[in-house]
Amino acid sequence: MTAAPEIGSARLRSEDAKLITGQTNWTDNIQLPGLLHVAFLRSPVSHARITRVDVEAARQRPGVVAAFSGADFADEQGSLPCAWPVTEDMVLPDHPPIAVDEVRYAGEPVAVVVARDRYAAADALEAIDVDYETLPAVLDMEEAIKEGADLVHSDKGTNQSYEWVFEAGDIDAAFRDAPVVIERRYIQQRLIPTAMEPRAVVCSVVGDEYTMWSATQIPHILRLMLATVTGIPEHRLRVIAPDVGGGFGSKLQVYSEEVICLLLARRLGRPVKWTESRSEGNASVHHGRDQIQRLSLAAEADGRIRGLKVDLLADMGAYLMLVTPGVPLLGAFMFNGIYKMDAYTFKCAGIFTTKTPTDAYRGAGRPEATFGIERLMDELANELSLDPLEVRRRNWITHEEFPYDTIAGLTYDSGNYEAATDKATELFDYDALRAEQAERRERQDPVQLGIGVSTFTEMCGLAPSRVLGSLAYGAGGWEHASVRVLPSGKVEVVTGSSAHGQGHETAWAQITADRLGVPFEDVRVLHGDTGISPKGMDTYGSRSLAVGGVALYNACDKVVEKAKRVAAHLLEADEKDIEFAGGSFSVRGVPDQTRSIQEISLATFAAHDLPEGFEPSLDSDATHDPDNFSFPHGTHLCAVEVDTETGFAKIRSYIAVDDVGKVVNPLIVEGQVHGGLAQGIAQALYEEAVYDADGNLTTTTMADYLVPSATDLPTFTTDRTETPATTNPLGVKGVGEAGTIASTPAVVNSIVDALRPYGVADVPMPCTPERVWRAIRGGGPEHSPRPGAGGGLGSAGGEA
Amino acid sequence: MPRVSVEVDGVKYDDDVEPRLLLAHYLRDRLGKVGTPIGCDTSNCGACTVLLDGMSVKSCSVLAVQADGKDVTTIEGLGDGHGLHPLQQAFHEEHALQCGYCTPGMIMAALDLIRENPDPSDQEVREGLEGNLCRCTGYQNIVRAVRNAAGAMRQSPAQEEATR
Repeated sequence: MTAAPEIGSARLRSEDAKLITGQTNWTDNIQLPGLLHVAFLRSPVSHARITRVDVEAARQRPGVVAAFSGADFADEQGSLPCAWPVTEDMVLPDHPPIAVDEVRYAGEPVAVVVARDRYAAADALEAIDVDYETLPAVLDMEEAIKEGADLVHSDKGTNQSYEWVFEAGDIDAAFRDAPVVIERRYIQQRLIPTAMEPRAVVCSVVGDEYTMWSATQIPHILRLMLATVTGIPEHRLRVIAPDVGGGFGSKLQVYSEEVICLLLARRLGRPVKWTESRSEGNASVHHGRDQIQRLSLAAEADGRIRGLKVDLLADMGAYLMLVTPGVPLLGAFMFNGIYKMDAYTFKCAGIFTTKTPTDAYRGAGRPEATFGIERLMDELANELSLDPLEVRRRNWITHEEFPYDTIAGLTYDSGNYEAATDKATELFDYDALRAEQAERRERQDPVQLGIGVSTFTEMCGLAPSRVLGSLAYGAGGWEHASVRVLPSGKVEVVTGSSAHGQGHETAWAQITADRLGVPFEDVRVLHGDTGISPKGMDTYGSRSLAVGGVALYNACDKVVEKAKRVAAHLLEADEKDIEFAGGSFSVRGVPDQTRSIQEISLATFAAHDLPEGFEPSLDSDATHDPDNFSFPHGTHLCAVEVDTETGFAKIRSYIAVDDVGKVVNPLIVEGQVHGGLAQGIAQALYEEAVYDADGNLTTTTMADYLVPSATDLPTFTTDRTETPATTNPLGVKGVGEAGTIASTPAVVNSIVDALRPYGVADVPMPCTPERVWRAIRGGGPEHSPRPGAGGGLGSAGGEA
Repeated sequence: MPRVSVEVDGVKYDDDVEPRLLLAHYLRDRLGKVGTPIGCDTSNCGACTVLLDGMSVKSCSVLAVQADGKDVTTIEGLGDGHGLHPLQQAFHEEHALQCGYCTPGMIMAALDLIRENPDPSDQEVREGLEGNLCRCTGYQNIVRAVRNAAGAMRQSPAQEEATR
């Protein structure tokens, strides 16, 4: 009897058991004998020369074991790595884990204390004396690239790290005599990823063997990078990512604190622990987004796109971290979205400022690009008085055209934008909402209705190694899995892609159960420890399933192939005649003669009677390097009610129809979409990392940086279409970032749509009530707060 | 140092503590009750929520000395020792968690919410949990889980009582 397929079933997550009972192993939970606690003193200023650091008084404080300045580590701390030198002449400044001569952002580590407990360590920070000679803060990218601008790195002579250019088609011809040209300048505000678990590091040393536990997304990459930076041989360093409480890209990093904890353990011969407080984390965890986008779109009078020009300034912050320079370039392949066009140019300059470094944050380059093109499509629709869905229909790749080579040089393997859009408009009741919008406009309702559209795709499943190589990325994009079939027939799966909330343990067990025909409960998934999982490229870029899941699929197939040989031997049949289904091997045409995979496993363990030359093990591993990215897509529709008197925008309904290919676990997919939507909506409405004129981060706490609460978000309606990826045997695409990528433009488009009659063409993000209110009052003809001619909004009138 | 006498998840403790020691750190660092995590330092996130004499508090904004003579229930004290509490069960069944870092606090806050309002609407759940931030779920499944758990607890109030 064959069990119901696991792939596609809404299995409840096996990882929940520990998480809902408080038995989780967060890094900060780890206790070791003799454990010391680490605290960092951080720069209170944006940019300064350090003229003196005196840690002597701190050393004398009770309970303090050691205190060090950056100078104390100058010979061994090296420079934090940047693995993505995007151009040959990229300016790559040194980045000491603890500042030595100069600080370049508020929050940069300046000194470190090691003490018997976290309170003593924090107390001792107050006894450290640092003299700063203030230097000019560099905060505005457009100012920073002007001649004679104050410099972040004075020895480099420029604030520009690199310029990266992509060109396809004849862009001049596309813009020459174009009937419509739309030019816009959009700001992608700076965001703070804000994983709920603050970062934490524990490091121990026994002899010359080092173990690091870190709240990281990338135990494998971290190990290699730490070995490179510190000189500790890679095989003497084990990195463990225990239970990790969210990442969103922020834990895809090699951080100062990780390097310094390793050096402290080495220097002191004692285990150390550092746990960040939220307010130091907001200033020192890498930030995301932060671009100025200058966009030009040329189109025919019927709305067909001729060409697109993208000119970006991307804020690197003060230093280049692990993949900082490459993040905006991921957008180069996505600004064209789902649309056909004749010509496209992309230019991005990476700019240094005296702010916290930026790096990957959920979506990493693709949300920024998707925002740009989806906002432009609405502007184009408005210019031509077309429905925003209609202008998209006239430009998108139709389902018959796949595989499709895009203007940005990618091959989209599959998709069906029509089907997703049809489903979304039906669920949304698009026509009825348009009718209500017209009616509210007609009666000049102070609460206006807006409809926002986002028809998006994204590239995920990072990544084909040859493509990464062509982009000068410092590593490959493969993933590894191994399958161990135990003597009892139970199965251990080891994956190089470790989860921090994504549910790998459940989904990987589902894949294994189906492929090997074993019960779901008989599979255990191991990950997140270089001592257990020897190879891996870790978790980011929605790559786990599309790359790591396929590695697992292939490893399972290898197990079956091995077992077939044993089955043929035991059943005294030719291997060609062995069939495998539902965990059972049989001889074709002789269905009553079978051996279960568990029996084969036991026979292999005993090894009494195996085929000649058969190595007694079914264990198999596989490393999968994808041929192509995968391309989830979907149509998101947002209805927003904007109170024109207060500027308050409230999402009334939100429909997300996503096509993520084949679904392994619909429960997990829905959860990922929900969380992605929340983060994308948060960018549109709530979140912004704000620096004051002196370069101080003013959003250091959760009271200032507005991560949305349950009352700030709507109930979502999610649905799917399913167009399998053709580039992997599972047909899967990835879902980790789709919701975030799609939702930000849907929300902003809806707000602008509501306010079109007021002459509003844009509201900068986050669209706070004040900004919406100012846009209404400042955006219309004659700065009128009234909708169109002859309006009459009463209380919204008055001085603009 | 002041002495505190406190009962945590049914076990009595007498300890000398620094007056400034936060309840969250007392639970985690002194008692090893690490089921209650800490997510911020401004009492905004709610990850460290526990019950103090049955009322939800953010244990990062309560001093250990303030718990003297009181009864503390953490996520580790839920359930009857064998099965899951209805809230834990509902969070599992409704996929109301991903990374799970906010979950202990979310469940403890929800317990207090249901105590005050045994049959909350969606909006009442959202408002009741406003002080607990989640970065993974978008809250939708949390709202459903809490309402389902409230229903289950109305059906069998004895089980609810057993966790108090």
